[in-house]
Amino acid sequence: MKPTIEKETPGNIERARAAEFVSPEVNIYETADGYLLEAEMPGLDKDGLKITLEGNELTITGRRNAESVDGELLFRERSRVDFQRTFELDPAIDTAHINAKMNQGLLTLTLPKSD
Amino acid sequence: MRLIKYQRPDSVWPTFGRLSSLRDQLDRLFESPLAEWTGTAQLLSGWTPALDVYEDKENFIVKAELPGMKREDINVSLHDGALSISGERQSETKHEDAEVHRTERFFGRFQRTVALPASVAADKVKAQYKDGVLTVTLPKTEEAKPKQIDVSVS
Repeated sequence: MKPTIEKETPGNIERARAAEFVSPEVNIYETADGYLLEAEMPGLDKDGLKITLEGNELTITGRRNAESVDGELLFRERSRVDFQRTFELDPAIDTAHINAKMNQGLLTLTLPKSD
Repeated sequence: MRLIKYQRPDSVWPTFGRLSSLRDQLDRLFESPLAEWTGTAQLLSGWTPALDVYEDKENFIVKAELPGMKREDINVSLHDGALSISGERQSETKHEDAEVHRTERFFGRFQRTVALPASVAADKVKAQYKDGVLTVTLPKTEEAKPKQIDVSVS
């Protein structure tokens, strides 16, 4: 079976369960030209974002901005835990030309395929 | 043979949206967000943005996670002492010719309602949208602010 971008390494899921990181919600699309990955990381600007490539494993790490709100917390649903998720890349991807864009807490990664 | 036509998830949500507005009516009836108690919000609306509520001496501060939205698609309103945050998130890119590997993100309408524990000055409410987080600051009315009462010792 052809390896694709959507495969995740089990280790990453284990780490997420340990609450060290939360897994951002993603959409992944593939066209003839390449892949498009969107990841939701609210509370993050581009300085908090780190993308690393190790072999064919791409890891997205997002450090949330520290929010300084004085006052008592009445109700809490939002997580304070940083984001991380690892993807195994399709070997067809040209890793030298991966492009990342961060806009209103949404990371858009374009991963073109080699010609 | 398929008897029911396959529907894309994003066309399913408007149906749930009607249930959602029923839930909001129930919320108003009980004066507190019902979903918080029943945990059904996720089932009914599809997308329930996470929010935090803070209180300091002067304000209530509500922070909601709304990644990847446009400012103009977010509505903030206040009625009967309850703050409503609603809107619609549309998919920015069209992917008709694309193979979909993952769809974990929600598109469509959402609404959250927060019953505020004290009265706020509706004309002084401010909202800011930054890094996918909406921050609504609601200043309390003078009557709602804590007051220091001097105790005279006789």
